[in-house]
Amino acid sequence: MTERFAAPTSLEEALAILGRDRAARPVAGGTDLVVASRQGRRPLPESIVAIDRIAELAHHAVADGSLVLGGLTTHAWLAETPEVRSGWTALADASAIVGSPATRGTGTIGGNLMNASPAAETTAPLVVFGANVMLRAIGRGSRIVPVASLATGPGRTSAAPDELLTTVVVPAPDPMSGSAYIRLEYRRAMEIAVVGAAALVTLAGDGTIAAARIALTAVAPTIVRAPEAEIALVGAAADAAAFRAAGAAAAGAASPIDDVRASADYRRAMLAVVVARTVAAAVARARGESIPIPASRWAHGQEV
Amino acid sequence: MPELLQLTVDGLPLSAMVDPGRTLLRVLRDDFGRTGTKEGCDDSECGACMVLVDGLPVNSCSYLALQAAGRAITTVEGLARDETLHPLQRAFLEGGGIQCGFCTPGMLISAAALLARDPDPSEEAIRDGLAGNLCRCTGYQPIVQAVQRAAAEMRAAT
Repeated sequence: MTERFAAPTSLEEALAILGRDRAARPVAGGTDLVVASRQGRRPLPESIVAIDRIAELAHHAVADGSLVLGGLTTHAWLAETPEVRSGWTALADASAIVGSPATRGTGTIGGNLMNASPAAETTAPLVVFGANVMLRAIGRGSRIVPVASLATGPGRTSAAPDELLTTVVVPAPDPMSGSAYIRLEYRRAMEIAVVGAAALVTLAGDGTIAAARIALTAVAPTIVRAPEAEIALVGAAADAAAFRAAGAAAAGAASPIDDVRASADYRRAMLAVVVARTVAAAVARARGESIPIPASRWAHGQEV
Repeated sequence: MPELLQLTVDGLPLSAMVDPGRTLLRVLRDDFGRTGTKEGCDDSECGACMVLVDGLPVNSCSYLALQAAGRAITTVEGLARDETLHPLQRAFLEGGGIQCGFCTPGMLISAAALLARDPDPSEEAIRDGLAGNLCRCTGYQPIVQAVQRAAAEMRAAT
């Protein structure tokens, strides 16, 4: 039962409440927090701090080549903004398939990361881009945490209860690189990834793969890198055989679980396909070829 | 502790004392009598509870009422002007976009939000715009056609 509610308009005020009221939890759009309570998975917190009116968290800019996003940046903004679509395409792929138009308009990147779902869409792209978040608490200032180590398990993060995610900083990818995010989905909207993969691939001058980063969705308690798949790609010719080898390597190393949406065996089998197609899309984009956003729709029926 | 909520619903300034855990849907229906907005699944899957908050579509079943303080809410009951139906409402009625009617308020709100952003949407854009609204009767085709028809009528009127 929620006893206390505050809707501060400044970051200082929000941090002060989170500092003195240990039961206080932030809410931005409510698309995870309130839905979880409606589904009976988790009651609403005893104290709620609505952060959606804090202008200091609503900024977004490209600064020194990096994408700098306030925690309140919505999925809709990420899906529609030309700089994100061209420079951080995997993040646009992921944001464009979150929920429905209503989810994307109210759901935020800060909420998506701090909710720490193993099936979160934006996390794998942020991991391959090497993004960091800034966590801030009253009296302790800010600290920087890589997105890759923010989640510690389903619904759990390394953030202290009084820390608020204020900013996400996404470095610019290398020139000659391309990125993509693809999920296996049973329906187009209001869907949770059965499995998913993000890839960031950099091509060498001779067209071979110079560098690759791959992260996987919904095959582990958190979003994880797939070093086996990355090793399979580096130095290889950027062709279908290499894409399939990366998929097989990722699937061979993954240990997904059985749940209501898929068996572990099906997840592993499909992960091989999803990784191969994600790498294929990232390579095509690195070459300047046009792959539509979201790449998940393009992925259906591809030969790779 | 209940808190005072003041907001605008369909152009009317309204207020109520609201417990912090209550959703906008419950307050609209139980405190303000705006029962046009429906409770379908009550966990953000079906879209029957869709309203506009400052012009953007929101699942009101999963939106805390107090977060709407000072904001302008549009429900299905705010679409008609006096006794004149909104072009979307008329097109849904005349084109068979309504069968049981339970999804209709949410469909109309999502469609209104789509047309405000994109007055001439493709069929794919309409399907994407309505992707958060489930209908178990129509098979969607007459709904998509109704939105196309209303869009054309609204473009011709401007």
